[in-house]
Amino acid sequence: MADTYTIISPENLVYKKTDLLLDNVMHYCPGCSHGTVHKLIAEVIDEMGIQESTIGIAPVGCSVLAYNYIDIDWQEAAHGRAPALATAVKRLMPDKIVFSYQGDGDLAAIGTAETIHACNRGENIVMVFINNGIYGMTGGQMAPTTLPGMPASTCPTGRDVKRDGNPLKITELLAQLPGTCFVTRHSVHTPGNVRKTKKALRKAFENQLANKGTSLVEVVSTCSSGWKMTPVQSNKWMEENMLPYYPLGDIKDE
Amino acid sequence: MAKAKGAIVVDTVTCKGCNICVSACPTQVIKLADQVNGKGYHYAYMANPDACTGCSNCAIMCPDTCITVYRVKQTSAEPTIH
Repeated sequence: MADTYTIISPENLVYKKTDLLLDNVMHYCPGCSHGTVHKLIAEVIDEMGIQESTIGIAPVGCSVLAYNYIDIDWQEAAHGRAPALATAVKRLMPDKIVFSYQGDGDLAAIGTAETIHACNRGENIVMVFINNGIYGMTGGQMAPTTLPGMPASTCPTGRDVKRDGNPLKITELLAQLPGTCFVTRHSVHTPGNVRKTKKALRKAFENQLANKGTSLVEVVSTCSSGWKMTPVQSNKWMEENMLPYYPLGDIKDE
Repeated sequence: MAKAKGAIVVDTVTCKGCNICVSACPTQVIKLADQVNGKGYHYAYMANPDACTGCSNCAIMCPDTCITVYRVKQTSAEPTIH
């Protein structure tokens, strides 16, 4: 058996933090899925060698400071307006790779109009959608994607469908639009799912290089602080409750 | 068959002790330390280094990307033909 200390040498390296991730410590809560998705986006951009030509659109929400963590060009959008801003950036600079990074409060609530129309126009952008079923940053209020019966700070006894309406499956909705070319839903709660999500992100960026239209990658994720659970419990809860309502897999792939 | 032997290095300063790497490890190598880092988090460490296969599951799951993975292939005494 080789000694652990002799294994730790540069020639045996199999995984390290990509250089695109800056050294700033992420402000996210422990176990937040945002960190994992940031890492995957950074790795995909690094592997495709498009660091110099990629522009990210940061949202409002927990990931509002995403520009502090990935070493590419960024633009901060007003709440929900990331697809509109991404449209502008892509139309003005068609040779750049543009992606928006949005949460469910941003993409599926205040920015629903921008989201639907950007997808309907078939803007050649990538949209990364983080769906944790809650407004994480503002204190765990009910979001359009909150599950029936799921407690949140504004519905402590659980979402009542009669009173609050049904959860919005916006990804399925957007898959109906002719402008979208690739609509898929993934998660990052197990190593296998993380690898699948990375592949989907890579495919979305490649679609943009091929001028195919809008690609939407939804990542069903956790909010351990908002859900009042430990990160490991949140992953388990998500698997048992979120995934039956938001099934994983490709919804549209053209 | 050659058995892989791995090792991880955890950046204990940025680790937030979320326990996700512990649950992701298929060989139960990682545990959270009794000590805390500068932010008060119980950081992850290799509690059982001999079992590590260098599969990188912990590192790809780590939300703060504070794990670096190394791996060597151990060649057994009797070479096998594949």
